[in-house]
Amino acid sequence: MAKGILVFAEQRDGKIKKVTYELLSAGKKIASQLGEEVSAVLVGKGVSSLAGGLGEYGADKVYVIENDALENYTTDAYANVVADLVKQNEPTAFLLGCSITGRDLAAQVAQRLNTGLLTDCINVMVENGQIVFTRPIYAGKAIINAAIPEARPVMATIRPNVLPVDEPQAGKSAEVVNVPPNIGNVRITVKDVIRQVSARPELTEADIIVSGGRGMKGPENFKLLEDLADVLGAAVGASRACVDAGWVPLSIQVGQTGKTVSPNLYIAAGISGAIQHLAGMSSSKVIVAVNKDAEANIFKSADFGVVGDLFEVLPVLTQEIKKLKA
Amino acid sequence: MKIVALVKQTFDSEAKIALEGGKIGRQGISLIMNPYDEYAVEEALKLKEKNGGEVTVVTVGPDEATEAVRQALAMGADQGILVNPGTEDIDESTVATILAKAVSSLEYDIILGGFRAIDDGSAQVAGRVAEILNLPVVNMVTKLEADGGKAVATADIEGGSAVMEVPLPAVITAQKGLNEPRYPSMKGIMQAKKKPLKKMGLGDVSLDASQVAAKVKVLNYSLPPARAAGKVIPGEPAEAAAALAKALREEAKII
Repeated sequence: MAKGILVFAEQRDGKIKKVTYELLSAGKKIASQLGEEVSAVLVGKGVSSLAGGLGEYGADKVYVIENDALENYTTDAYANVVADLVKQNEPTAFLLGCSITGRDLAAQVAQRLNTGLLTDCINVMVENGQIVFTRPIYAGKAIINAAIPEARPVMATIRPNVLPVDEPQAGKSAEVVNVPPNIGNVRITVKDVIRQVSARPELTEADIIVSGGRGMKGPENFKLLEDLADVLGAAVGASRACVDAGWVPLSIQVGQTGKTVSPNLYIAAGISGAIQHLAGMSSSKVIVAVNKDAEANIFKSADFGVVGDLFEVLPVLTQEIKKLKA
Repeated sequence: MKIVALVKQTFDSEAKIALEGGKIGRQGISLIMNPYDEYAVEEALKLKEKNGGEVTVVTVGPDEATEAVRQALAMGADQGILVNPGTEDIDESTVATILAKAVSSLEYDIILGGFRAIDDGSAQVAGRVAEILNLPVVNMVTKLEADGGKAVATADIEGGSAVMEVPLPAVITAQKGLNEPRYPSMKGIMQAKKKPLKKMGLGDVSLDASQVAAKVKVLNYSLPPARAAGKVIPGEPAEAAAALAKALREEAKII
Protein backbone atom coordinates (compact mmCIF):
# COMPACT_ATOMS: atom_id res chain seq x y z
CA MET A 1 0.00 0.00 0.00
CA ALA A 2 1.55 3.21 -1.16
CA LYS A 3 1.95 5.77 1.58
CA GLY A 4 3.71 9.05 2.17
CA ILE A 5 5.47 11.72 0.18
CA LEU A 6 9.18 11.12 -0.35
CA VAL A 7 11.50 13.96 -1.28
CA PHE A 8 15.02 13.70 -2.69
CA ALA A 9 17.17 15.88 -0.41
CA GLU A 10 19.74 17.21 -2.84
CA GLN A 11 23.05 18.31 -1.37
CA ARG A 12 26.32 19.35 -2.86
CA ASP A 13 29.62 19.56 -1.04
CA GLY A 14 27.90 19.14 2.30
CA LYS A 15 25.26 21.81 1.77
CA ILE A 16 21.58 21.19 1.28
CA LYS A 17 20.31 22.76 -1.94
CA LYS A 18 17.54 25.30 -1.57
CA VAL A 19 15.23 23.30 -3.83
CA THR A 20 15.17 20.61 -1.14
CA TYR A 21 13.38 23.01 1.22
CA GLU A 22 10.98 23.96 -1.55
CA LEU A 23 10.23 20.26 -2.09
CA LEU A 24 9.69 19.67 1.62
CA SER A 25 7.24 22.58 1.84
CA ALA A 26 5.36 21.36 -1.23
CA GLY A 27 5.49 17.80 0.06
CA LYS A 28 4.09 18.88 3.43
CA LYS A 29 1.26 20.76 1.73
CA ILE A 30 0.10 17.78 -0.28
CA ALA A 31 0.84 15.25 2.47
CA SER A 32 -1.40 17.07 4.93
CA GLN A 33 -4.22 17.08 2.40
CA LEU A 34 -3.78 13.37 1.85
CA GLY A 35 -3.28 12.63 5.55
CA GLU A 36 0.21 11.30 4.97
CA GLU A 37 3.76 11.89 6.17
CA VAL A 38 6.72 13.53 4.48
CA SER A 39 10.08 11.84 4.39
CA ALA A 40 13.33 12.70 2.69
CA VAL A 41 16.16 10.65 1.29
CA LEU A 42 19.65 12.07 1.70
CA VAL A 43 22.45 10.46 -0.30
CA GLY A 44 26.20 11.10 -0.30
CA LYS A 45 29.40 10.68 1.63
CA GLY A 46 29.53 12.09 5.16
CA VAL A 47 26.13 13.77 4.88
CA SER A 48 24.39 12.40 7.99
CA SER A 49 24.97 15.65 9.90
CA LEU A 50 22.62 17.36 7.45
CA ALA A 51 19.73 15.01 8.15
CA GLY A 52 18.46 16.47 11.42
CA GLY A 53 18.05 19.96 10.00
CA LEU A 54 15.55 18.72 7.43
CA GLY A 55 13.06 18.23 10.26
CA GLU A 56 12.76 21.97 10.70
CA TYR A 57 11.65 22.22 7.11
CA GLY A 58 8.96 19.60 7.43
CA ALA A 59 10.52 16.14 7.08
CA ASP A 60 9.04 13.66 9.53
CA LYS A 61 11.65 11.07 8.65
CA VAL A 62 15.00 11.23 6.85
CA TYR A 63 16.56 8.19 5.24
CA VAL A 64 20.33 8.58 5.08
CA ILE A 65 22.28 6.57 2.54
CA GLU A 66 25.99 7.08 3.02
CA ASN A 67 28.92 5.52 1.24
CA ASP A 68 32.29 6.54 -0.19
CA ALA A 69 31.03 5.49 -3.61
CA LEU A 70 28.31 8.15 -3.35
CA GLU A 71 30.68 11.08 -2.96
CA ASN A 72 30.45 12.09 -6.61
CA TYR A 73 27.07 11.74 -8.26
CA THR A 74 26.93 8.91 -10.76
CA THR A 75 23.67 7.97 -12.38
CA ASP A 76 24.27 4.28 -11.68
CA ALA A 77 25.13 4.39 -7.99
CA TYR A 78 22.48 6.95 -7.08
CA ALA A 79 19.76 5.28 -9.16
CA ASN A 80 20.60 1.93 -7.55
CA VAL A 81 20.35 3.09 -3.94
CA VAL A 82 17.44 5.48 -4.45
CA ALA A 83 15.35 3.05 -6.49
CA ASP A 84 15.94 0.39 -3.81
CA LEU A 85 14.74 2.74 -1.09
CA VAL A 86 11.66 3.78 -3.05
CA LYS A 87 10.82 0.14 -3.76
CA GLN A 88 11.05 -0.74 -0.08
CA ASN A 89 9.03 2.22 1.15
CA GLU A 90 6.43 2.42 -1.60
CA PRO A 91 5.62 6.11 -1.22
CA THR A 92 2.57 7.61 -2.91
CA ALA A 93 4.78 10.22 -4.52
CA PHE A 94 8.49 10.81 -4.99
CA LEU A 95 9.55 14.38 -5.70
CA LEU A 96 12.93 15.68 -6.85
CA GLY A 97 14.27 19.08 -7.81
CA CYS A 98 14.58 19.72 -11.52
CA SER A 99 18.31 20.30 -11.25
CA ILE A 100 20.80 18.54 -13.49
CA THR A 101 21.14 15.83 -10.85
CA GLY A 102 17.45 15.54 -10.03
CA ARG A 103 16.41 15.34 -13.66
CA ASP A 104 19.04 12.70 -14.44
CA LEU A 105 18.19 10.55 -11.43
CA ALA A 106 14.43 10.86 -11.80
CA ALA A 107 14.33 9.38 -15.31
CA GLN A 108 16.30 6.28 -14.27
CA VAL A 109 14.31 5.69 -11.11
CA ALA A 110 10.98 6.24 -12.89
CA GLN A 111 11.80 3.67 -15.53
CA ARG A 112 13.12 1.17 -13.00
CA LEU A 113 9.88 1.48 -11.03
CA ASN A 114 7.89 1.46 -14.26
CA THR A 115 6.04 4.64 -13.37
CA GLY A 116 5.26 8.03 -14.88
CA LEU A 117 7.34 11.14 -14.36
CA LEU A 118 6.40 14.80 -14.82
CA THR A 119 9.44 17.00 -15.39
CA ASP A 120 10.05 20.62 -14.49
CA CYS A 121 6.77 21.25 -12.68
CA ILE A 122 5.94 24.70 -11.37
CA ASN A 123 3.08 23.77 -9.09
CA VAL A 124 1.64 20.80 -7.27
CA MET A 125 -1.76 20.45 -5.63
CA VAL A 126 -4.31 17.88 -4.56
CA GLU A 127 -7.59 17.74 -6.48
CA ASN A 128 -10.24 15.17 -5.61
CA GLY A 129 -7.66 13.12 -3.77
CA GLN A 130 -5.34 13.07 -6.76
CA ILE A 131 -1.95 14.82 -6.94
CA VAL A 132 -1.99 17.21 -9.86
CA PHE A 133 1.10 18.87 -11.30
CA THR A 134 1.37 22.00 -13.41
CA ARG A 135 4.14 22.18 -15.95
CA PRO A 136 5.05 24.45 -18.83
CA ILE A 137 5.53 22.88 -22.24
CA TYR A 138 6.73 24.37 -25.52
CA ALA A 139 9.20 26.45 -23.58
CA GLY A 140 6.46 28.04 -21.52
CA LYS A 141 4.19 28.86 -24.44
CA ALA A 142 1.60 26.46 -23.04
CA ILE A 143 0.84 24.94 -19.66
CA ILE A 144 -0.57 21.57 -18.72
CA ASN A 145 -2.09 20.13 -15.62
CA ALA A 146 -1.36 16.44 -15.45
CA ALA A 147 -1.60 13.49 -13.11
CA ILE A 148 -0.42 9.92 -12.85
CA PRO A 149 -3.68 8.15 -11.97
CA GLU A 150 -2.54 4.57 -11.49
CA ALA A 151 1.20 3.96 -11.56
CA ARG A 152 2.99 4.40 -8.21
CA PRO A 153 4.84 6.21 -7.01
CA VAL A 154 3.70 9.38 -8.70
CA MET A 155 6.98 11.01 -9.73
CA ALA A 156 7.81 14.60 -10.56
CA THR A 157 10.72 16.99 -10.70
CA ILE A 158 10.00 20.52 -9.52
CA ARG A 159 11.62 23.61 -11.02
CA PRO A 160 13.91 25.26 -8.46
CA ASN A 161 13.16 28.73 -7.10
CA VAL A 162 9.43 28.68 -7.94
CA LEU A 163 7.64 27.16 -4.95
CA PRO A 164 7.76 28.90 -1.57
CA VAL A 165 9.69 27.66 1.45
CA ASP A 166 7.69 27.59 4.67
CA GLU A 167 9.19 29.24 7.71
CA PRO A 168 11.38 26.55 9.36
CA GLN A 169 10.17 25.34 12.75
CA ALA A 170 13.15 25.72 15.03
CA GLY A 171 13.92 22.65 17.09
CA LYS A 172 11.60 20.30 15.19
CA SER A 173 13.59 17.18 14.48
CA ALA A 174 13.15 14.36 12.05
CA GLU A 175 13.53 10.68 12.75
CA VAL A 176 16.80 9.67 11.09
CA VAL A 177 17.00 6.22 9.57
CA ASN A 178 20.36 5.00 8.32
CA VAL A 179 19.91 2.77 5.31
CA PRO A 180 22.75 0.39 4.42
CA PRO A 181 23.51 1.06 0.78
CA ASN A 182 23.67 -1.59 -1.87
CA ILE A 183 25.74 0.33 -4.41
CA GLY A 184 25.32 -2.39 -7.03
CA ASN A 185 26.72 -2.27 -10.52
CA VAL A 186 28.37 1.07 -11.33
CA ARG A 187 29.47 1.31 -14.94
CA ILE A 188 30.34 4.99 -14.94
CA THR A 189 33.76 6.16 -13.76
CA VAL A 190 34.15 9.84 -12.92
CA LYS A 191 37.63 10.75 -14.17
CA ASP A 192 37.60 14.41 -13.38
CA VAL A 193 35.29 17.08 -11.97
CA ILE A 194 35.67 20.67 -13.07
CA ARG A 195 33.89 23.09 -10.75
CA GLN A 196 33.02 26.55 -11.87
CA VAL A 197 34.29 28.66 -9.05
CA SER A 198 32.15 31.72 -8.53
CA ALA A 199 31.35 33.87 -5.57
CA ARG A 200 27.96 34.57 -7.13
CA PRO A 201 24.78 32.59 -6.51
CA GLU A 202 23.85 29.94 -9.04
CA LEU A 203 21.55 31.12 -11.81
CA THR A 204 18.80 28.63 -11.02
CA GLU A 205 18.77 29.54 -7.33
CA ALA A 206 19.49 33.25 -7.49
CA ASP A 207 17.03 35.79 -6.09
CA ILE A 208 18.27 38.40 -8.53
CA ILE A 209 19.74 37.96 -12.01
CA VAL A 210 21.38 40.63 -14.12
CA SER A 211 21.45 39.49 -17.72
CA GLY A 212 22.99 40.92 -20.87
CA GLY A 213 22.19 40.52 -24.55
CA ARG A 214 23.55 41.51 -27.91
CA GLY A 215 23.35 45.14 -26.84
CA MET A 216 26.34 44.53 -24.55
CA LYS A 217 28.40 44.73 -27.76
CA GLY A 218 31.27 42.62 -26.44
CA PRO A 219 32.58 40.51 -23.56
CA GLU A 220 34.56 43.40 -22.09
CA ASN A 221 31.32 45.24 -21.30
CA PHE A 222 30.00 42.49 -19.05
CA LYS A 223 31.94 44.30 -16.35
CA LEU A 224 28.97 46.70 -16.21
CA LEU A 225 26.65 43.79 -15.40
CA GLU A 226 29.08 42.36 -12.87
CA ASP A 227 29.31 45.68 -11.06
CA LEU A 228 25.53 45.83 -10.84
CA ALA A 229 25.39 42.16 -9.79
CA ASP A 230 27.92 42.90 -7.05
CA VAL A 231 25.77 45.55 -5.39
CA LEU A 232 22.68 43.34 -5.67
CA GLY A 233 24.28 40.02 -4.71
CA ALA A 234 22.98 38.79 -8.04
CA ALA A 235 23.93 36.14 -10.56
CA VAL A 236 24.96 37.15 -14.10
CA GLY A 237 23.19 35.68 -17.11
CA ALA A 238 23.24 36.20 -20.84
CA SER A 239 21.12 35.71 -23.91
CA ARG A 240 21.93 33.17 -26.58
CA ALA A 241 23.39 35.83 -28.86
CA CYS A 242 26.21 36.47 -26.39
CA VAL A 243 26.96 32.77 -26.03
CA ASP A 244 26.91 32.14 -29.77
CA ALA A 245 29.24 35.10 -30.25
CA GLY A 246 31.63 33.45 -27.81
CA TRP A 247 31.51 36.34 -25.32
CA VAL A 248 30.35 34.24 -22.37
CA PRO A 249 30.11 30.50 -21.58
CA LEU A 250 27.02 28.42 -22.29
CA SER A 251 26.67 27.81 -18.55
CA ILE A 252 25.23 31.31 -18.07
CA GLN A 253 22.83 31.26 -21.02
CA VAL A 254 19.21 31.91 -20.08
CA GLY A 255 16.52 30.73 -22.47
CA GLN A 256 15.08 27.82 -24.35
CA THR A 257 18.47 26.23 -25.06
CA GLY A 258 19.99 27.44 -21.82
CA LYS A 259 18.86 27.64 -18.23
CA THR A 260 15.34 28.27 -17.03
CA VAL A 261 15.33 30.74 -14.18
CA SER A 262 12.71 32.15 -11.81
CA PRO A 263 14.34 34.88 -9.72
CA ASN A 264 12.47 37.55 -7.80
CA LEU A 265 14.10 40.15 -10.01
CA TYR A 266 15.43 39.75 -13.54
CA ILE A 267 17.20 42.70 -15.11
CA ALA A 268 17.54 42.35 -18.88
CA ALA A 269 20.05 44.74 -20.40
CA GLY A 270 20.38 44.97 -24.15
CA ILE A 271 18.17 41.92 -24.62
CA SER A 272 15.57 42.24 -27.37
CA GLY A 273 13.28 39.61 -25.86
CA ALA A 274 13.12 36.85 -28.47
CA ILE A 275 10.55 34.20 -27.61
CA GLN A 276 13.37 31.72 -26.92
CA HIS A 277 14.81 34.03 -24.29
CA LEU A 278 11.44 34.74 -22.69
CA ALA A 279 10.96 30.98 -22.38
CA GLY A 280 13.81 30.87 -19.92
CA MET A 281 12.91 33.80 -17.69
CA SER A 282 9.25 34.72 -18.02
CA SER A 283 8.44 33.07 -14.69
CA SER A 284 10.59 35.71 -12.96
CA LYS A 285 8.55 37.69 -10.45
CA VAL A 286 9.69 41.17 -11.51
CA ILE A 287 11.28 41.86 -14.87
CA VAL A 288 13.22 45.02 -15.69
CA ALA A 289 14.24 45.86 -19.23
CA VAL A 290 16.89 48.32 -20.31
CA ASN A 291 17.05 48.72 -24.05
CA LYS A 292 17.61 51.64 -26.38
CA ASP A 293 15.01 50.31 -28.83
CA ALA A 294 11.62 51.39 -27.50
CA GLU A 295 9.99 48.79 -29.77
CA ALA A 296 11.98 45.88 -28.32
CA ASN A 297 9.79 42.88 -27.51
CA ILE A 298 11.21 42.64 -24.00
CA PHE A 299 9.21 45.71 -22.94
CA LYS A 300 5.98 43.73 -23.43
CA SER A 301 7.02 41.42 -20.62
CA ALA A 302 8.77 43.92 -18.41
CA ASP A 303 7.29 45.34 -15.22
CA PHE A 304 9.67 48.28 -15.43
CA GLY A 305 11.37 49.53 -18.54
CA VAL A 306 13.98 52.13 -19.29
CA VAL A 307 14.36 53.15 -22.90
CA GLY A 308 17.95 54.23 -23.12
CA ASP A 309 21.53 53.30 -23.78
CA LEU A 310 22.55 50.63 -21.30
CA PHE A 311 26.07 52.06 -21.23
CA GLU A 312 24.59 55.16 -19.65
CA VAL A 313 21.84 53.51 -17.62
CA LEU A 314 23.68 50.63 -15.94
CA PRO A 315 26.46 52.63 -14.21
CA VAL A 316 23.94 55.08 -12.77
CA LEU A 317 21.64 52.26 -11.70
CA THR A 318 24.56 50.58 -9.94
CA GLN A 319 25.48 53.81 -8.14
CA GLU A 320 21.88 54.56 -7.15
CA ILE A 321 21.31 51.07 -5.77
CA LYS A 322 24.59 51.29 -3.88
CA LYS A 323 23.34 54.53 -2.32
CA LEU A 324 19.98 53.00 -1.41
CA LYS A 325 21.68 50.04 0.20
CA ALA A 326 24.21 52.12 2.09
CA MET B 1 30.97 1.00 -35.24
CA LYS B 2 27.22 0.53 -35.18
CA ILE B 3 25.66 3.80 -34.13
CA VAL B 4 22.02 4.53 -33.34
CA ALA B 5 20.66 8.07 -33.18
CA LEU B 6 17.29 8.65 -31.53
CA VAL B 7 15.42 11.62 -32.95
CA LYS B 8 12.14 13.37 -32.39
CA GLN B 9 10.19 15.69 -34.62
CA THR B 10 9.13 18.84 -32.80
CA PHE B 11 7.46 22.16 -33.47
CA ASP B 12 9.73 24.88 -34.71
CA SER B 13 11.03 26.85 -31.74
CA GLU B 14 9.49 30.01 -33.24
CA ALA B 15 6.06 28.38 -33.49
CA LYS B 16 3.14 30.28 -32.00
CA ILE B 17 1.14 27.94 -29.80
CA ALA B 18 -2.64 28.05 -29.87
CA LEU B 19 -5.29 25.77 -28.46
CA GLU B 20 -7.69 23.92 -30.75
CA GLY B 21 -10.48 22.00 -29.08
CA GLY B 22 -8.73 22.19 -25.73
CA LYS B 23 -5.49 20.73 -27.07
CA ILE B 24 -2.35 22.12 -28.65
CA GLY B 25 -3.19 23.06 -32.22
CA ARG B 26 -0.99 21.74 -35.00
CA GLN B 27 -2.33 23.97 -37.73
CA GLY B 28 0.19 26.06 -39.58
CA ILE B 29 3.03 24.79 -37.42
CA SER B 30 6.30 24.03 -39.16
CA LEU B 31 7.97 20.90 -37.92
CA ILE B 32 11.67 20.39 -37.42
CA MET B 33 14.06 17.82 -36.02
CA ASN B 34 14.51 18.54 -32.32
CA PRO B 35 17.66 20.70 -32.27
CA TYR B 36 19.27 18.62 -29.51
CA ASP B 37 18.75 15.52 -31.67
CA GLU B 38 20.57 17.29 -34.51
CA TYR B 39 23.62 17.39 -32.25
CA ALA B 40 23.17 13.65 -31.67
CA VAL B 41 22.95 12.92 -35.41
CA GLU B 42 25.98 15.09 -36.11
CA GLU B 43 27.98 13.30 -33.42
CA ALA B 44 26.87 9.94 -34.82
CA LEU B 45 28.15 10.96 -38.24
CA LYS B 46 31.45 12.12 -36.79
CA LEU B 47 31.90 8.80 -35.00
CA LYS B 48 31.18 6.99 -38.25
CA GLU B 49 33.68 9.13 -40.12
CA LYS B 50 36.33 8.34 -37.53
CA ASN B 51 35.63 4.70 -36.79
CA GLY B 52 33.74 3.50 -39.86
CA GLY B 53 30.42 1.73 -39.51
CA GLU B 54 26.87 2.86 -39.98
CA VAL B 55 24.31 5.16 -38.48
CA THR B 56 20.69 4.13 -37.96
CA VAL B 57 18.16 6.80 -37.05
CA VAL B 58 15.13 5.77 -35.01
CA THR B 59 12.05 7.82 -34.23
CA VAL B 60 8.62 7.32 -32.71
CA GLY B 61 5.90 9.51 -34.11
CA PRO B 62 3.18 9.97 -36.70
CA ASP B 63 3.95 9.31 -40.37
CA GLU B 64 4.84 12.95 -40.94
CA ALA B 65 7.82 12.45 -38.61
CA THR B 66 9.53 10.64 -41.52
CA GLU B 67 10.61 14.17 -42.50
CA ALA B 68 12.88 14.32 -39.47
CA VAL B 69 14.34 10.92 -40.34
CA ARG B 70 14.86 12.02 -43.96
CA GLN B 71 16.73 15.05 -42.73
CA ALA B 72 19.08 12.81 -40.74
CA LEU B 73 19.53 10.59 -43.79
CA ALA B 74 20.29 13.68 -45.86
CA MET B 75 22.90 14.70 -43.31
CA GLY B 76 24.55 11.32 -43.88
CA ALA B 77 22.85 8.64 -41.76
CA ASP B 78 22.52 5.28 -43.52
CA GLN B 79 19.07 4.06 -42.67
CA GLY B 80 15.99 5.07 -40.74
CA ILE B 81 13.21 3.51 -38.73
CA LEU B 82 9.92 5.15 -37.82
CA VAL B 83 7.51 3.49 -35.45
CA ASN B 84 4.05 4.99 -35.51
CA PRO B 85 2.36 4.14 -32.21
CA GLY B 86 -1.02 4.78 -33.85
CA THR B 87 -2.29 6.73 -30.86
CA GLU B 88 -1.80 10.15 -29.33
CA ASP B 89 -2.18 8.81 -25.82
CA ILE B 90 1.55 8.49 -25.33
CA ASP B 91 4.02 9.63 -22.72
CA GLU B 92 7.75 9.29 -22.14
CA SER B 93 7.46 5.72 -20.90
CA THR B 94 5.51 4.81 -24.04
CA VAL B 95 8.07 6.35 -26.37
CA ALA B 96 11.03 4.86 -24.50
CA THR B 97 9.46 1.41 -24.52
CA ILE B 98 8.90 1.56 -28.27
CA LEU B 99 12.34 3.01 -29.01
CA ALA B 100 14.04 0.38 -26.87
CA LYS B 101 12.12 -2.39 -28.63
CA ALA B 102 13.02 -1.02 -32.06
CA VAL B 103 16.68 -0.58 -31.08
CA SER B 104 16.94 -4.03 -29.52
CA SER B 105 16.47 -5.59 -32.96
CA LEU B 106 19.56 -3.70 -34.19
CA GLU B 107 23.24 -4.15 -33.51
CA TYR B 108 24.63 -1.16 -31.66
CA ASP B 109 27.81 0.03 -29.99
CA ILE B 110 26.51 3.41 -28.98
CA ILE B 111 23.12 5.12 -28.84
CA LEU B 112 22.97 8.89 -29.13
CA GLY B 113 20.07 11.26 -28.54
CA GLY B 114 19.36 14.83 -27.56
CA PHE B 115 19.27 15.35 -23.81
CA ARG B 116 15.84 16.88 -24.10
CA ALA B 117 13.31 17.89 -26.70
CA ILE B 118 12.30 21.50 -27.08
CA ASP B 119 8.58 20.73 -27.03
CA ASP B 120 7.82 18.89 -23.79
CA GLY B 121 11.31 19.34 -22.39
CA SER B 122 11.02 16.16 -20.36
CA ALA B 123 14.63 15.01 -20.67
CA GLN B 124 13.76 11.45 -19.76
CA VAL B 125 13.24 9.35 -22.89
CA ALA B 126 16.89 8.52 -23.62
CA GLY B 127 17.53 7.74 -19.95
CA ARG B 128 14.55 5.42 -19.88
CA VAL B 129 15.78 3.69 -23.06
CA ALA B 130 19.14 3.08 -21.35
CA GLU B 131 17.36 1.63 -18.34
CA ILE B 132 15.23 -0.71 -20.45
CA LEU B 133 18.26 -1.92 -22.44
CA ASN B 134 20.32 -2.15 -19.25
CA LEU B 135 22.93 0.28 -20.55
CA PRO B 136 24.78 3.08 -18.77
CA VAL B 137 23.76 6.62 -19.69
CA VAL B 138 25.67 9.89 -19.66
CA ASN B 139 23.46 12.94 -20.09
CA MET B 140 24.22 16.50 -21.27
CA VAL B 141 27.45 15.64 -23.04
CA THR B 142 29.47 18.49 -24.56
CA LYS B 143 32.50 16.44 -25.67
CA LEU B 144 32.69 12.82 -26.72
CA GLU B 145 35.37 10.36 -27.67
CA ALA B 146 34.36 6.80 -28.39
CA ASP B 147 36.16 3.84 -29.89
CA GLY B 148 35.65 0.08 -29.82
CA GLY B 149 35.27 -0.51 -26.13
CA LYS B 150 34.57 2.69 -24.26
CA ALA B 151 33.38 6.26 -24.38
CA VAL B 152 34.89 9.21 -22.57
CA ALA B 153 32.38 12.02 -22.23
CA THR B 154 32.51 15.50 -20.76
CA ALA B 155 29.10 16.29 -19.34
CA ASP B 156 27.39 19.13 -17.53
CA ILE B 157 26.90 18.44 -13.82
CA GLU B 158 25.59 20.65 -11.02
CA GLY B 159 27.95 23.60 -10.79
CA GLY B 160 30.41 22.53 -13.45
CA SER B 161 31.33 19.63 -15.65
CA ALA B 162 32.73 16.13 -15.27
CA VAL B 163 34.69 13.75 -17.43
CA MET B 164 33.15 10.31 -17.30
CA GLU B 165 34.16 6.99 -18.77
CA VAL B 166 31.66 4.28 -19.65
CA PRO B 167 32.02 0.92 -21.34
CA LEU B 168 30.17 0.54 -24.63
CA PRO B 169 27.46 0.02 -25.52
CA ALA B 170 26.10 3.07 -23.76
CA VAL B 171 23.53 5.81 -24.21
CA ILE B 172 24.93 9.33 -24.60
CA THR B 173 22.73 12.44 -24.72
CA ALA B 174 23.81 15.63 -26.41
CA GLN B 175 23.90 19.07 -24.85
CA LYS B 176 24.31 22.27 -26.84
CA GLY B 177 27.99 22.82 -27.52
CA LEU B 178 28.76 19.21 -28.49
CA ASN B 179 29.16 20.16 -32.15
CA GLU B 180 27.79 22.26 -34.99
CA PRO B 181 25.30 20.14 -36.93
CA ARG B 182 25.97 20.10 -40.67
CA TYR B 183 23.37 21.17 -43.19
CA PRO B 184 22.28 18.48 -45.61
CA SER B 185 23.93 18.99 -49.00
CA MET B 186 21.90 18.87 -52.20
CA LYS B 187 23.60 15.57 -52.98
CA GLY B 188 22.76 14.32 -49.49
CA ILE B 189 19.11 15.27 -49.95
CA MET B 190 18.98 13.39 -53.27
CA GLN B 191 20.69 10.32 -51.79
CA ALA B 192 18.42 10.33 -48.76
CA LYS B 193 15.44 9.58 -50.99
CA LYS B 194 16.97 6.23 -51.87
CA LYS B 195 18.13 5.23 -48.43
CA PRO B 196 16.14 2.58 -46.57
CA LEU B 197 13.45 4.00 -44.29
CA LYS B 198 11.32 1.43 -42.56
CA LYS B 199 7.88 2.48 -41.35
CA MET B 200 6.48 0.25 -38.67
CA GLY B 201 3.60 -0.06 -36.29
CA LEU B 202 3.47 -1.34 -32.73
CA GLY B 203 2.90 -4.92 -33.87
CA ASP B 204 6.08 -4.80 -35.97
CA VAL B 205 8.11 -4.30 -32.81
CA SER B 206 6.14 -6.97 -30.93
CA LEU B 207 4.24 -4.57 -28.71
CA ASP B 208 0.56 -4.05 -28.16
CA ALA B 209 -1.31 -1.00 -27.00
CA SER B 210 -1.65 -2.21 -23.41
CA GLN B 211 2.13 -2.46 -23.06
CA VAL B 212 2.63 1.14 -24.02
CA ALA B 213 -0.35 2.83 -22.36
CA ALA B 214 0.60 6.27 -21.10
CA LYS B 215 1.07 6.51 -17.34
CA VAL B 216 0.78 10.29 -17.39
CA LYS B 217 -2.63 11.75 -18.14
CA VAL B 218 -2.93 15.38 -19.19
CA LEU B 219 -5.98 16.87 -17.51
CA ASN B 220 -6.03 20.14 -19.38
CA TYR B 221 -4.02 22.51 -21.55
CA SER B 222 -3.93 26.25 -21.16
CA LEU B 223 -2.00 29.24 -22.39
CA PRO B 224 0.00 31.19 -19.86
CA PRO B 225 -1.56 34.44 -18.68
CA ALA B 226 -0.02 37.29 -20.63
CA ARG B 227 2.23 39.44 -18.48
CA ALA B 228 0.69 42.81 -18.15
CA ALA B 229 2.88 45.35 -19.87
CA GLY B 230 4.56 47.35 -17.18
CA LYS B 231 5.55 50.93 -17.08
CA VAL B 232 8.28 52.61 -18.96
CA ILE B 233 10.17 55.00 -16.75
CA PRO B 234 10.59 58.29 -18.58
CA GLY B 235 13.52 60.63 -18.61
CA GLU B 236 17.12 60.89 -19.67
CA PRO B 237 19.14 57.72 -19.02
CA ALA B 238 20.69 58.90 -15.76
CA GLU B 239 17.42 60.29 -14.47
CA ALA B 240 15.48 57.17 -15.47
CA ALA B 241 18.07 54.91 -13.87
CA ALA B 242 17.74 56.73 -10.58
CA ALA B 243 13.95 56.54 -10.77
CA LEU B 244 14.21 52.83 -11.56
CA ALA B 245 16.34 52.15 -8.51
CA LYS B 246 13.76 53.99 -6.41
CA ALA B 247 10.84 52.08 -7.97
CA LEU B 248 12.54 48.75 -7.33
CA ARG B 249 12.92 49.62 -3.69
CA GLU B 250 9.71 51.46 -2.93
CA GLU B 251 7.19 50.08 -5.40
CA ALA B 252 8.36 46.54 -6.10
CA LYS B 253 10.06 46.29 -2.70
CA ILE B 254 12.56 43.93 -4.19
CA ILE B 255 15.96 45.42 -3.43
